[in-house]
Amino acid sequence: MEKNTQSIKAHLAAHMRDFGLLFALIAIMLFFQIVTDGTLLKPVNITNLFLQNSYIIIMALGMLIVIVAGHIDLSVGSVMGFIGALAAVLIVNQDMPVPLTIAICLVAGGIIGGSQGYFVAYWRIPPFIVTLAGMLVFRGLSLWLLEGQSVGPFPKEFQILSTGFVPELFPESWGAALAELVGSRKFNVLSFVLGLVAAGAVLAVGLKKRKQDMAYGTDMEPAGLFWARTAIVCASIIFLMFKLSTFRGLPNVVVTMGILILIYAFVTERTTIGRRVYALGGNEKAAMLSGIKTDRLTFLAFVNMGVLAALAGLIFAARLNTATPKAGFALELDVIAAVFIGGASMSGGTGKIIGAVVGAFIMGVMNNGMSIMGIGIDYQQVIKGLVLLAAVFFDVYNKSKQG
Amino acid sequence: MTTLLEMRDITKEFPGVKALDQVNLKVEAGEIHAICGENGAGKSTLMKVLSGVYPAGTYDGEIHYEDTEARFNNISDSEARGIIIIHQELALAPQLSIAENIFMGNETATLGVINWRDANQRTEELLKKVGLKESPTTQIDSLGVGKQQLVEIAKALSKDVKLLILDEPTAALQEGDSRKLLDLMRELKAQGVTSIIISHKLNEVRYVADTVTVIRDGMSVSTLDAKDGLSEDDIVRDMVGRDMSDRYPARERRAGEMLMEVEGWNAWHPEHLDRQIIKDIAFNVRAGEVVGIAGLMGSGRTELAMSIFGKTYGRRIQGQIKLHGKPADVSTVNKAIKAGLAYVTEDRKSLGLILEEDIRFNTSLANLEGVSKGGVLNDNSETEVAEQYRKALSTRTPSVFQKVGNLSGGNQQKVVLAKWLFTAPEVLILDEPTRGIDVGAKYEIYAIINELSAQGKGVVMISSEMPELLGMSDRIYVMNEGAFVGEMKAEDASQERIMSLIVNE
Repeated sequence: MEKNTQSIKAHLAAHMRDFGLLFALIAIMLFFQIVTDGTLLKPVNITNLFLQNSYIIIMALGMLIVIVAGHIDLSVGSVMGFIGALAAVLIVNQDMPVPLTIAICLVAGGIIGGSQGYFVAYWRIPPFIVTLAGMLVFRGLSLWLLEGQSVGPFPKEFQILSTGFVPELFPESWGAALAELVGSRKFNVLSFVLGLVAAGAVLAVGLKKRKQDMAYGTDMEPAGLFWARTAIVCASIIFLMFKLSTFRGLPNVVVTMGILILIYAFVTERTTIGRRVYALGGNEKAAMLSGIKTDRLTFLAFVNMGVLAALAGLIFAARLNTATPKAGFALELDVIAAVFIGGASMSGGTGKIIGAVVGAFIMGVMNNGMSIMGIGIDYQQVIKGLVLLAAVFFDVYNKSKQG
Repeated sequence: MTTLLEMRDITKEFPGVKALDQVNLKVEAGEIHAICGENGAGKSTLMKVLSGVYPAGTYDGEIHYEDTEARFNNISDSEARGIIIIHQELALAPQLSIAENIFMGNETATLGVINWRDANQRTEELLKKVGLKESPTTQIDSLGVGKQQLVEIAKALSKDVKLLILDEPTAALQEGDSRKLLDLMRELKAQGVTSIIISHKLNEVRYVADTVTVIRDGMSVSTLDAKDGLSEDDIVRDMVGRDMSDRYPARERRAGEMLMEVEGWNAWHPEHLDRQIIKDIAFNVRAGEVVGIAGLMGSGRTELAMSIFGKTYGRRIQGQIKLHGKPADVSTVNKAIKAGLAYVTEDRKSLGLILEEDIRFNTSLANLEGVSKGGVLNDNSETEVAEQYRKALSTRTPSVFQKVGNLSGGNQQKVVLAKWLFTAPEVLILDEPTRGIDVGAKYEIYAIINELSAQGKGVVMISSEMPELLGMSDRIYVMNEGAFVGEMKAEDASQERIMSLIVNE
């Protein structure tokens, strides 16, 4: 028993960052749950939380890759606003069909990202400068496109991108019965079932990985810790989905976001292209001398960022039901902060998708919680800034302690 | 003559290595004293002890300077006493002017406001002393290396130098500039400045030195006086004379079929397009053969290797490469790897490894296709591959999930080798494969090289350690200033022969 607790402590020390992040998110949620008298975790607010943060999380996925590759993209807020404006002009002013507009906007995002990536990758201009220029250019272009006005509203079929909910697949009677059982007005069976499936998947993947680690003698997570962590994650998923199902069910955007998170986590951790991005950020010269096409990879990281910024722009415009010249203003800072809070390093080569997502949620919960409490935007900015500094300081401090 | 500096029984140990072992050095006031020795003999370490880079207390022995025992804790201590080192890599800020560089950190200022008129005036006087006709406001990077060297010396003079130490001052200079610099040393001597010059170029040593101290394997082996007549042969013999028995594992020497032929290889400097770095080089490697490339640092060996391996160095690269008698395309790193080449870089930390990642990550890096299917990595096979090479090369580590940054130099080198072996190369170019590795690990690396040659691979070994080249190679090419100046079989090779080919250039 003595030996076991010792190893739990050692493991916690070695994985301080991962656990610290998870505990920080839980602690922040509990804190705001208490100080807002339970408003934070009300079904309607949880739904709001997802809607408010979806576009930040989607951009954080691309930003993580850009930052892991050793770069930065300051233009994403402007690009997002520009794409929203483009969509509005095409749909509202030009009467273009929604699916075609979405396709055009995503391609435009890719071209924008690629044109910035071109200067970074092939001309070696520091990304800070290239994307600072992009930030100004696309902010100006959205003003020009919208002629300084807000353009809207959008047709219904565009709005559902963001504000729509996944339709119920199960018989209505099931929902009614369950609603009565838990004492809510209605109950969306599908979202609850999906929650159970997701929790089951987390458990299954965790167990499989654990079995594999055991077979290869990787540094093993102590059993107690593994079960505690998995239990917390699974319980949280089920809890959140339960809450959502007692409101309007699963928002479309949560599905889009969830699928993207899974894809990007898979690509960064399990594929050769993901591996090469980490190598590029870890040591560009060594990567290049190992046969990795570092220039092309940098270029692609920016293309990807552009596409995700475009998607975020569409979702944002759909949610507001209008495109405004101010859309996405200063959002790049929230996105970058989320990635750094999530454990990525400025020098590149480290950081995980799940870290960036949790980082974005930490920012999101704080925004949301402080707004419910009625804390002014002035204090909110100060607190967010300090949290970012504290998270990175925690990283640096940990590293210096490890020697 | 009085003795200006005496270093007595200096011993300096690094973990696992005795860099200096009871070295003695006696420099008379007003002389030019040359220190000769091979790369790694301990010359630079000795100078770092003298200048306080290694502070008093981190070495054994005594330094007597101007008749008192000196204990320097840092460079400014030694500079305050008039001891100034000019390193091989010049420490000038290229974007600043000559005057700004000369008075950097030592500005003539009142209340922090620099008096530029005074600075420029004094700079002009100093430049006159070193024979440099440039304006004090000229930006450093518009000067050639030779002139920059003179600026460094002017900077030293501005600090009232008594003992000027020049570390390989002519390594990067053209013939004419070298001569100018050596003449300046003689002139300074006439003005009473004592100098120490570290150099490989024995003709230059003979030209300026009054006394020569030879250092070998961290020990001072001899002190020769110019009055008795200096012969290059004597110096070379003292520099290299050591026994080499049993330091290299035995290998059955057999050269098989022709693997790689390089012909008419030329390359130019990536920025200075008029500087030809690689000059019309031709060489070949047979299966099972270990071919050595000897030469001093800066002779262009690494540049040659990198210009071949995916054209990762240089511009306007010309020449033919044949593998198995057929022309091969090595124009990108990927093509070079596919053609069967592997290049183990000189600097494993900055060019060979991703230090933040583990052994497994680094092992598969150059051949991710080998552990993936359709772009998706197979964790299990990746771990297996890493394990396999860990065992084959006996890399000492708790597991393949260890961060390579935490490994010792020898084990890091094994990880780099593992990475390249996993690409199944036919020809391996090893650039300084044992640099910074302790003696035991060196032996293991040699054993791996022998094993590779036994498997019929061709090995090209670039090394600054001549005993290693002689002990390991079947054939040795000698490189100097971008060209091959000689080729010899191992049986005919000796350090004296190689050295004389280099120094006679």
